[in-house]
Amino acid sequence: MKDSALRRRIFADRAFQVVVVFLSFCSILPMFFILFFISKNGITSINWNFLTKLPAPVGETGGGISNAILGSALLIVLASIIAVPLGILTGIYLSEYRKGKFAYLSRLSVEILMGIPSIVIGIIAYVWVVKPFGSFSAVSGGVALGIMMLPVIVMSTEETLKLIPDTLKEASLALGVSYPRTILKVILPAGLSGIVTGMLLAVARIAGETAPLLFTAFGSPFMALSLFKPVSALPLTVFNYATSPYPEWHALAWGASFVLLVFVLALNLLAKVGMRKWKVQF
Amino acid sequence: MEGPVLKIEHFSAGFDSNQVLKDINLSIFRNKITAVMGPSGCGKTTLIRCINRMHELIANARVSGKILLDNEDVFDIDPIIVRRKIGMVFQRPNPFPTMSIYDNVIAGYNLNGIRVAKVDRDRIVEESLKKAALWDEVKDVLHRKGTFLSGGQQQRLCIARALAMDPEIILLDEPTSALDPKSTTHIEELVVHLKNTVTIIQVTHNIPQAARISDYTAFIYLGELVEFGPTEKLFTVPKDKRTEEYLTGKFG
Repeated sequence: MKDSALRRRIFADRAFQVVVVFLSFCSILPMFFILFFISKNGITSINWNFLTKLPAPVGETGGGISNAILGSALLIVLASIIAVPLGILTGIYLSEYRKGKFAYLSRLSVEILMGIPSIVIGIIAYVWVVKPFGSFSAVSGGVALGIMMLPVIVMSTEETLKLIPDTLKEASLALGVSYPRTILKVILPAGLSGIVTGMLLAVARIAGETAPLLFTAFGSPFMALSLFKPVSALPLTVFNYATSPYPEWHALAWGASFVLLVFVLALNLLAKVGMRKWKVQF
Repeated sequence: MEGPVLKIEHFSAGFDSNQVLKDINLSIFRNKITAVMGPSGCGKTTLIRCINRMHELIANARVSGKILLDNEDVFDIDPIIVRRKIGMVFQRPNPFPTMSIYDNVIAGYNLNGIRVAKVDRDRIVEESLKKAALWDEVKDVLHRKGTFLSGGQQQRLCIARALAMDPEIILLDEPTSALDPKSTTHIEELVVHLKNTVTIIQVTHNIPQAARISDYTAFIYLGELVEFGPTEKLFTVPKDKRTEEYLTGKFG
């Protein structure tokens, strides 16, 4: 009797293990399919011209996505200029003042901002920036993406700084170091790896965003030369080319997807490696 | 005999409605080691954190009374200045994790933006590490991270960091409570040696340690200063019954 109960237990244990492993396998399967599929279709369009040339008009072969690559880079820089300083400062505030009504309100706002659909943020940027300026522009796209980046950076900064032991702050203050210097020169450097990782992940998050760019950056077949003119971006290019009726453009869309995928993947890997390599040991 | 370097007069402290210290009167003498002992939670750490005004960093902290450093109330001086004159070493070693051993020692200058010539910097680092009896162990690895050192070495690094600012007083908050016996002995010897250059106030709940190293002992119980006097006297002929009971292990 005892023996069979034990055997049943061991069996249940094994069965559970098998189920868990199988389901985990199933959940990572789609990622491999996506990687495989996009690589297979996209890699053939990748060549020097594809990365450096402007798009060709319909009917002509060749042409590239250099405008989209540059546009995406420009939008990411603009968004980072807005979101990184603001996000890090807010993160410092939230980790330093954990109690208090305003901190609670700020934290709540950041969490809500995180959950706002990207298309809504696009509309907001349209109303705030595109309309007053009277034109789709790189700036408006940067604003939209910056708003999307902000909560990620705030949260990662706050979480990172919260993990830094208070004793470190006390060590600095006990040396007669002022509070602002303590934050800037002791606390921030100690949390740098986490903050940089958060920034990389935030960039990865916005790099693939299409919806907020539809009525802000808008897209353009030309090289971005002005902050106040429409610019292209990789996800916009994918969207426009993939929904077009021309097979050559479909190939370009695959190629652009592949470039985007590699970029985002690289950011994620860099964040992973960086987290480990620059980790500060307390 | 020279007057006390630090005088605590009618001093009370606490958080909101919670009174931690009640009417403490205490004199600290120059170049002596004063041990502050008492059972956990009696307020001894709060007391020394008031001396360098770290107590007020905690929300809802409050204090009343005076703490006179060279006849000037520390509560009238900018806390930044107070903390440069009164160094502190904490329960757990807390070297700056992003800095090398060298930078840790000189951190008080670097972080405060005080410019010091390279020659003087080197001298301060070497002298402080020698005073903290760490120089011989680290002189070849000054540019490695401080966190690679053992716990006892880290604690001596923290002592060197405090000494580098050339303070009048050093507060030691149970500096050996997180260390093994060997490192503890090392730190105790170091502290005894240090009193030639600096006044030391050490919190401890280790009774034998207070007996071994201190010149004066203050016994605090439930936020009150029960007894204060030369260590020898307090340990051999305690005036207060509570002191005697604490020393003989009846409570605590």
